[in-house]
Order: sequence, then structure tokens, then C-alpha cells
Amino acid sequence: MPIEITMPALSPTMTEGTLATWHKKEGDKVSSGDVIAEIETDKATMEVEATDEGVLGKILVPAGTENVQVNSVIALLLEDGEDKSALAGFKTSAPTPVASAPVDVASPAPSSAPVAPVAPVAPVAPIASEPEYSGEMITQTVRESLRDAIAEEMRLDDTVFLMGEEVAQYQGAYKVSQGLLDEFGSNRVIDTPITEIGFTGLGVGAAFGGLKPIVEFMTFNFSMQAMDHIVNSAAKTRYMSGGQMGSHMVFRGPNGAASRVGAQHSQCFAAWYSHVPGLKVVAPWSGADAKGLLKAAIRDPNPVVFLEHELMYGQSFEVPAGDDFVLPIGRAKVERVGTDVTITAFSRMVGVALEAAELLAADGISAEVINLRTVRPLDIETIVNSVRKTNRLVNAEEGWPQSGMGAEMAALMMEHAFDDLDAPVVRVCGEDVPMPYAANLEALTLPGASKIADACKSVCYR
Amino acid sequence: MAKKASTAKPKAKAKTKAKVKTKKPVKHLEADAEELVEFYREMLLIRRFEEKAGQLYGMGLIGGFCHLYIGQEAVVVGAHSTSNPQDSVITSYRDHGHMLVCGMEPKGVMAELTGREDGYSKGKGGSMHMFSREKNFYGGHGIVGGQVPIGTGLAFAHKYKNDGGICYTYFGDGSVNQGQVYESFNMAQLWLLPVLYIIENNKYGMGTSIDRASSTTDLYHRGRSHGIPGEQVDGMDVVAVREATARAAEHARAGKGPFILEMMTYRYRGHSMSDPAKYRSKEEVSKVRQEQDPIDNLRELIIESKAASEDTLKEIDKSIKAIITDAAEFAKESPEPNVAELYTDILVEANG
Repeated sequence: MPIEITMPALSPTMTEGTLATWHKKEGDKVSSGDVIAEIETDKATMEVEATDEGVLGKILVPAGTENVQVNSVIALLLEDGEDKSALAGFKTSAPTPVASAPVDVASPAPSSAPVAPVAPVAPVAPIASEPEYSGEMITQTVRESLRDAIAEEMRLDDTVFLMGEEVAQYQGAYKVSQGLLDEFGSNRVIDTPITEIGFTGLGVGAAFGGLKPIVEFMTFNFSMQAMDHIVNSAAKTRYMSGGQMGSHMVFRGPNGAASRVGAQHSQCFAAWYSHVPGLKVVAPWSGADAKGLLKAAIRDPNPVVFLEHELMYGQSFEVPAGDDFVLPIGRAKVERVGTDVTITAFSRMVGVALEAAELLAADGISAEVINLRTVRPLDIETIVNSVRKTNRLVNAEEGWPQSGMGAEMAALMMEHAFDDLDAPVVRVCGEDVPMPYAANLEALTLPGASKIADACKSVCYR
Repeated sequence: MAKKASTAKPKAKAKTKAKVKTKKPVKHLEADAEELVEFYREMLLIRRFEEKAGQLYGMGLIGGFCHLYIGQEAVVVGAHSTSNPQDSVITSYRDHGHMLVCGMEPKGVMAELTGREDGYSKGKGGSMHMFSREKNFYGGHGIVGGQVPIGTGLAFAHKYKNDGGICYTYFGDGSVNQGQVYESFNMAQLWLLPVLYIIENNKYGMGTSIDRASSTTDLYHRGRSHGIPGEQVDGMDVVAVREATARAAEHARAGKGPFILEMMTYRYRGHSMSDPAKYRSKEEVSKVRQEQDPIDNLRELIIESKAASEDTLKEIDKSIKAIITDAAEFAKESPEPNVAELYTDILVEANG
């Protein structure tokens, strides 16, 4: 039985091509590797090599033929011992369709409702509610809460280690890692060179190798150098490996605006990282948030981007004492109960939103303030439940407006609470400019309490 | 009816001429007969696998990018022969050969190429993204140079856990100009991490020859400013590769830090399937194939040194042909992944 030689696909997109010339004629002996023909695609002329041995029995597509479909039979090869009589009555099998032909892709989540599909959300295991805590409280700064979280988890698990610029001998550029080198030694508290993509990639490799790295960025501004490894290596490997392996690790450091440091050192990355499936993105506000969420992040088997805030490090809060206080990632917290308007915020802006709620109360408007705590996965349930009650939503963030968390919030309300809204969702954002240095301009750039309060009044038509 | 469809495989047509140094490989007899035959078997397995992959690509059964390793077989076969079970391996997107020498099943690799549920990544990774925790193969990375700091981190983990392992980190001549490679070199030597940096210099980063991309082309010197020793090796000679890698591995295992091996090799096919390879001449390619082919030369060596008979090698050829045919059939028959797989393996549940 002769061997069919078919038209090869030479590129991911090729479905047909021109058979330019034949280098062999009928009756010629062909060995594996011989160039038998040339074909032209829109990109190039390529030579076609034989993969089998034999005698070219019949050319079915003559030279010069255009629009030859990929996988159609172009010639027949006679095997050893066969002669031309084998060609008699030979019927070629139908060309098999190429893979790029339209395929029937079933919708992964068929919906019976005639509405626009809700943006697909990866199913996430049900998230436990925040545990009731009734134990002893201590007052400490956010900086101390973060340090305690790291130290406690390092005591529990030998595979947890901290690496980053100035984390060890210098005790942390912002003193978050104060004392850790003394307690854990230089094998587990590691000063890196200033080499973000390098040490981030190294951290991902260490996680692949079974360790649980905490990679500190001196500030998240420098994580842009390392974003390839956060997104391409850490976030996607679980998926790309079919679930075989992932990156149990934390990327942490101060994010967002600092004070008078100019455009390259004042930027919010919450929206950037929240865009990426495979990452969890956490942004604590209070000391308890910082401690409970960082402990959860260190224990979480997924890569967690943990966005701290420089201006919060020195602020003090009441924090649960003891080493067993862990908060669930993916749960928001209602920080202030209200009835007229919902304000969503994360990180430092939660405090600003609470100030705004005070201003509004003086005007007789009752604002509910939700501390998002996690920006991916978002606690949509808590937000929607609040909006069902207040029918209004204002999102406050330091970051830029376009494609920011506020834009996400507006889209989510369209999808999940459209009929509950009595006013459009309003975004209160950082101004759409690189951060200026001058004190007066910088102050104009970041949203303050009165700006949030004004937005709330506008959605209350006041 | 036809016995089987044989899609002709494309071959790059080249018009420009480039000069390459080619020389007859030095013959070695240091490896024992059994090892030589095993090298032959592994190299042939890779070559036949890649030829079949090229054929399935031509039939439209493999999509997207597919980077074939044909011509470079001696590098990974020789280098990997020096590894221990606890060692780790990581490479770029030209990765099928590395997976096969790590002991990953040809069926599973081929089924990943065809995007089917029995592939190593359930069809979700493709040619460039396959992993095996069990075989300590850590990918399969699509960003040029991205695997170098990750491999350095795997070495960091070996040292941290003190498990005696080293990481074999492979990358091409195209990636040696990436900044992260030097960031990795610096940390690896600073912390004396047990990592082998194995540069597979096949002379072209996609379509750009090394002398058009690199200010200095002796890549084994690229660790000099970090104090990392390096050696250039005839990467078409599997025994030379094995010997050089064994020395480098001893260095890394002894706690002396990283070692750079520059394997001088050559890929016969284009960068990927759609590359017409006009940047090099047909004569250049055929000269290497005729004079330096790692499999032909080893076969000759085996016969000359009477390490095995012609008949034994023919038996090996036959058994490999059967393995590859099975793998291809398996990869065609395996179903496409269930649509429910779209949303799995993104996050895992936290159990803390």
C-alpha cells in the first residue's frame, strides 16, 4: 500500500499554500531527509523533506498549483517491493481537517439567563469568615505587627525564609525585619544584591524547590523590574503544569504613595497585580490586618502579592496578642456600618474613608466603610450585600483611574447589583498624573477625606 | 487505503551563506560500551521523537510554537548522564529532549504537544511548558533567559535543604545577553550555589547569528567578571560533553559554586516550525550534518570500538521506532481536555 505524502503546515496559521516546484519526478528514489518539493506560504518559501523511504509513485498535485489545502495528499510514495500496480485503484483518504479549523468549544459555564455573561470568576473554595477573637490585645505599630507575623511563621516552619535588599544587617529599609537576622541567622534572613528580576526569579526557583520564600521589595515600585517572574513564572506555573507544582511564596513590601519621593517611588500596583489569574493580592490597612493577613499569606500555597504601605508602618493599632491570629484571605471587613452609601477602600485609604464617614455623619449621611483587605480574589459577596442595603457605591484608592480598582468595582456592580443601584458607581482615585514632587501638587494628587465625602454626597444627590 | 499518512516535513531553505567552523569531532573511548550504547539510544529517541513531532505539526495536530532539538541531542544526553536522582533540571522552550532524558514518558510529552488530556500538563501547557515534579524537571520556560534565575533558585533550595542536589540550568546563546542571566551569575557565585549553567550555543538566537548579537562570542568567559569558571566543549560529541559536565558537576557538588559550560552545538531545523532559516546557507547545515552529526559519529564509534554490533543498533532503532509510533498514536487518540479543566489549577486551596 503506497504511503501518502500530504501538504504540510509550516506555521501556526497556515491552512493552504502554493506547491511551487517538485524536486523529484515520478519513478525517482526518495530517501528520508531528501528535499522533494518546495512550497510557498505567505511568509516564505520552504523546502519539503521526505520522512519515509521509497520511490515516488505518483504526483497528485502538479507544480505551480495554488491554494493547496494543508493535509491534502500531494503525492504517493511506493514502499520497498511495491510497483506501479499498487497505485491502481488507490483511493486517497479524505484530508483530515487541520487543527485551526473551527472547533466546537462548549461554553464552560452555560447560563440560562438571557443576560450578558457575568465575567467568569475562577471557582474559589469557600472562604472562612473572620474568626471571632476575644483574647488579649496589645498596642503596636503596623511595622511591629508585620515583623511579628514573619517571625512567628519562621518559628513554625523551617522552610520559610526572608530575602530582599537590606533585610538582614540593615534590619530592613523600613525596619520591618528588625531583629530577624539575630533570631534566625543569615541562612534564613538574606540580604540580596540590588537585582530585582534576579532575586525574584531565584525566589520562584526556591519555591519550585520546596521552600517558602518571602521576597521583600524595598518598595513595590522596584517590583516592576521583576514583574516577569511574578506574572509569568510564579502565577502561571500551577496552570501550565496541570497542577503539578506551583509557587508557595509571598512578595511583600510598601506599595502606593510615600511622601515627597516623586513619580518613580509613588505608585499603586494593586490594580496591576489584581489583573493576573494565579496570584492572590492582599492589601492590609490596620495592625490586625497586617498581622493576620501576612500570616495567612505565608501559609498560603499560592503566590501572594502583599501590598503594605509606607505611611502606615508607624501607625499604632490594637492587635490580637499571641501567635495564632490568622485572617482569611479573600474576605473583606465592614469597618463601619452605615445605611446610605457604601465606601470601598483598601490599605491606607481605609483610614481616609473612615474620616470621610465622620464628615458625612456630621451632614446626616450614614456611610458604610468596607475594608477590602484582599483585592484578588475580591469579596464580592460582602460588597454586594452592602450595596443592596445602601444602593450606592464609592470606591476610594490612591491609584490611577483608568482600569483601576474603582473601574473594576463599577463593572462588578453592573454585573451583580445593577438593579440595586440608585446612582452610578463613583471612582475616587489618585489624579491621572505621575506623582509630582512639590508639596502642594502632591497634596492635590492624592484623594483626601473631603474628596471622598463629596463623592458620597453626589451619589446621595446632596 | 493508505497504511499511514506521511506528511512531508519542511526543511529550511537557505540562501545566504555564513561561515561556521566545523571540525571532525575527537573520538573518545573513555565511556564504557554500555554507556555508549545508552547514549546512542537516548539520542536516537530524541531525534525520532522530534522528527515525529515535526510530522504531526505538519499534519496540524500540533499547534503554535514547536521548537525542535534535532542536532543538539549530544548536549542533554551527555550532560544529564552525570546527574543524580536528587538533582534538578530546567531549560527553555526547546525542551522536549530534556524531558525525555529526565525519564518523562514520550507518550505524555507527545500528548502535551497535541494538547490532549493525557499530556504532562493536561494539555494546558503545550510544547514550551511541561514539568515533572517526580522527575525533578522544572520546565519548560517560554521567556528567553527566564529559567536562569529560577534554576539558580532551585540550586539555592538544594543548598538550603542540604540535599546534595545540584541544578542543571540550560539556556541558549540567545539568552546570554539577558540582564537576568548576570544577576543570576552574581548571586550564584556570591552564595556559592550548586548550579551548572549549560549554554547550548547553536550559533543562532532565532535568526540572528551569535556574532551579530554578542560583543564577545566566547560565552564560557561570560562568568569571568563574577569569578565563575567556564569551559568550552564540543557539544556534538556526547562523550566530551559527559566528561566536561562531570568535572563541572564535581565542582558544584563540592560546594565551590557555579560552573559555566559552553556547548558548541547546532540545530538542524529552524528556530521554530515556521522559520524558513534564510539566515544560513544550505551548505552550512549539510556540512554540519555530514561531518558532525552526534548520532552518526557515535554510531561509527560504537561499531569501530566494537561496543555493540550493527545488529544490536538496528534492534535499538527498531524499538525506538515502536516507542515513537506508540507515542504518536497515543497523542492522537487521547481526548482533548475536558472543558471543566479551563478553570482548574489556577489556585490551590489554602489549608492553614
